[in-house]
Amino acid sequence: MTKLDSKIPSGPLESKWDRHRFSEKLVSPHNKRKLTVIVVGTGLAGASAASTLGQLGYQVECFCFQDSPRRAHSIAAQGGINAAKNYQDDGDSVGRLFYDTIKGGDFRSREANVYRLAQISGQIIDQCVALGIPFAREYGGQLANRSFGGVQVSRTFYCRGQTGQQLLLGAYSALCWQIERGQVTMRPRTEMLDLIVVDGQARGIVVRDLVTGRISIHTAHVVVLATGGYSNVYYLSTNASGSNVTATYRAWKQGAAFANPCFTQIHPTAIPPSDAYQAKLTLMSESLRNDGRLWVPKMPGDTRAPREISEGERDYFLERRYPRFGNLAPRDIASRAVKAVCDEGRGVGPNGHGVYLDFAGVVEQHGLDVVSERYGNLFEMYHRITGEDAYHAPMRIYPAPHYTMGGLWVDYNLMSTIPGLFVIGEANFADHGANRLGASSLMQGLGDGYFILPYTIGHYLATAKLPPVTEDHTEARKAHHRVLNRMARLLAAKGRRTAASFHRELGSLLWNYCGMSRTKIGLKLALSSIPTLREDFWRDVVVPGTGDCFNQELEYAGRVADYLEFAELLCHDAWHRQESCGAHFREEYQTGDGEPTRDDTRFAHVAAWEYREGASPILHKEPLAFEFVQPTTRSYQ
Amino acid sequence: MNFTLRIWRQKGANEGGRFVTYEAHDVNPGMSFLEMLDGVNQKLLVNGEEPVAFEHDCREGICGSCSLVIDGIPHGPDHGITTCQLYMRRFPDGATITIEPWRAKAFPIIKDLVVDRSALDRVMRAGGYISVNTGGAVDGNALLIGKDQAETAMDAASCIGCGACVAACKNASAMLFVAAKVSHLALLPQGKPERTGRVGAMIEAMDREGFGSCGNQYECEAVCPKRISVRFIATLNREYLRAGIVESALPSDSESPHAESV
Repeated sequence: MTKLDSKIPSGPLESKWDRHRFSEKLVSPHNKRKLTVIVVGTGLAGASAASTLGQLGYQVECFCFQDSPRRAHSIAAQGGINAAKNYQDDGDSVGRLFYDTIKGGDFRSREANVYRLAQISGQIIDQCVALGIPFAREYGGQLANRSFGGVQVSRTFYCRGQTGQQLLLGAYSALCWQIERGQVTMRPRTEMLDLIVVDGQARGIVVRDLVTGRISIHTAHVVVLATGGYSNVYYLSTNASGSNVTATYRAWKQGAAFANPCFTQIHPTAIPPSDAYQAKLTLMSESLRNDGRLWVPKMPGDTRAPREISEGERDYFLERRYPRFGNLAPRDIASRAVKAVCDEGRGVGPNGHGVYLDFAGVVEQHGLDVVSERYGNLFEMYHRITGEDAYHAPMRIYPAPHYTMGGLWVDYNLMSTIPGLFVIGEANFADHGANRLGASSLMQGLGDGYFILPYTIGHYLATAKLPPVTEDHTEARKAHHRVLNRMARLLAAKGRRTAASFHRELGSLLWNYCGMSRTKIGLKLALSSIPTLREDFWRDVVVPGTGDCFNQELEYAGRVADYLEFAELLCHDAWHRQESCGAHFREEYQTGDGEPTRDDTRFAHVAAWEYREGASPILHKEPLAFEFVQPTTRSYQ
Repeated sequence: MNFTLRIWRQKGANEGGRFVTYEAHDVNPGMSFLEMLDGVNQKLLVNGEEPVAFEHDCREGICGSCSLVIDGIPHGPDHGITTCQLYMRRFPDGATITIEPWRAKAFPIIKDLVVDRSALDRVMRAGGYISVNTGGAVDGNALLIGKDQAETAMDAASCIGCGACVAACKNASAMLFVAAKVSHLALLPQGKPERTGRVGAMIEAMDREGFGSCGNQYECEAVCPKRISVRFIATLNREYLRAGIVESALPSDSESPHAESV
């Protein structure tokens, strides 16, 4: 039976983390050498954690499915990383970053976690500078900042449109150092397929070597999952094609509670989908909204070229609806506003799935050169994909699944409901509530990995009883068998449909019924359709070749099989949450002018789901107490 | 659009490979090159055949996974992009397109179009980092770095580690890759303490992995998806020379900054 104890320290918000760190037990240096840690995933969270744990003296075994740790999907983050440095002296502070994040998450995250994140945000920047990350600088040599969606201060640090790449390469370089020192053993091209739980403690994983196909058992004193989010459950998303839910989902089946899976962020500014063959959606950085203005024609069905539509005939809908934040309204709000005008028949481009993002004003004011310096690489990317020139005609954009706030439930120490299983980065649910603000995921991933987990994991290792566990342990053998059986079942599938065709069908089902807006009727339909689709998958999917070699289709089919189960959990969560908050918009709960209605009396909780074999998951609630801020209607008007 | 594809098929590192011809029909000009290959693979799967193995992940030109030689050119005919950013409208209808893996001694083939690029990671481990512990870093603004200097470091740092430079070079040299990393760190004050040891350690690792030497043909720059300039190879050479002079001036028992890592 799952018990949720958030372990949030008592006392004043400002000193919780300091006091907690002091009360945590330490592991002495000579004992650290004898302790082994498994880290799965090498994105910002995984690489920063593995390198820091190695540097502290633990023996780390680190896994990723990519050919190199440097290719984890954090690499694709474009815009930037937030920190409350107040270098611009524009009124920023730890308190304000904390408040913006809590409010941005629509009062569905934990105060203590978010405050800690804001507190360490400055340290993250310092650490990254020390690692040689070439942040943008001013002429005088100081770090440059820009503003980003959902806030009114400039606190975002950036490296052109490649901030994620540079931060990841920094963490990867730190990891390289620890590999060279022998503190970290790196196992690329290796996919985690199950979790080993011994006497209630996470003690290892079962993995498949993606080149040889060999399935092996790896045990350790503690396991850290840093395996990212599950946006690809929608088939079309901005995520890399390899990003998947398998590691966290299999951990869920072994007893780790899954929290708030329905909080999925749909990013407003992606290039619109064009055709059925499309395999992914490309994000256009949110930074474009600093200068670009979103609009659609006032008249439905207006197919004139954008420049032929006069100012008076245009609806700058974000500026109209949210005059205070205008085009910088947070992602969930902007996405929904885009959907609303498209639903009214005012969308532009193929199928009416798009709105204009117009740079005419800034080009006129500052000239083409300035626009090119700020956004050149993005305009180029847009041109390549669409064949259109955004310097002279507005871009067309449309929302796309991008990030998942939900994830495995963790306490203040980032430990899941399975003792010894820690979860960091996007894979956990912790800090973003019902909606994440731009440039906050990089902050959270690195905060977890560099500065939080290395403290809290030590306390667990210093206090838990951890008898030796070898590969021959019954539980390890059992997990091994589970993986072998599943592999055999997949390889026996010699049907007529490809895994991708099932994935696409599932994705469109979720997008329509559990996407930007959800209804009771739609969710009911999704919940009844998913099991049928899953049965069809196992009856009719085709998986070629054998398991003892490099077999990409086998890997993919395994991930799709997990999506087909996980999708149901996502819909259960959306069904239960009878309110509209953040990215979760239930059409039944809105005001007359289409603004979401949050219900703090019934839903001010984290929904943590427990797995039950062959039955619906069990809901556990962690109440969210707001001691330091007063939840208010989240208004950006 | 319709295309004839000549694709390199090879079961594993120790087996011979060959070109196999496939037809791609009804290709939409707005399809990316990889989406076109997806389509070919979907058909192969339904017909009970093994799909063509190729690597891809982010599909937006930043992860460095995709790695195809298209009609003899790594990442295809356009400059400054990766294969995943190549669109079919770029090719004439009815064209025959030849698709091969990266070819280099240091990149053994795993299957079909997939190669093992872990040699690049091993070069990085030899010195492509700044040895600083987590915690205790000084304030980010304590180090003033001029805008131009930061921008040049960023030009070098934007390398995605795809290995196209190696695939394009007739010597299969990894000079541009190593030059990018060495230059990035040498240009910044944070990289200075280990500057002397880093360049030699990385070049030695490059040689050890079986990459060739630079022949100054600039093929690497021509195919680099991030347009990294060969000027950085000049920087690398200067750094190497400088390190030699600095080291010869040091007492013989002085430790290299990377001594502890050996």
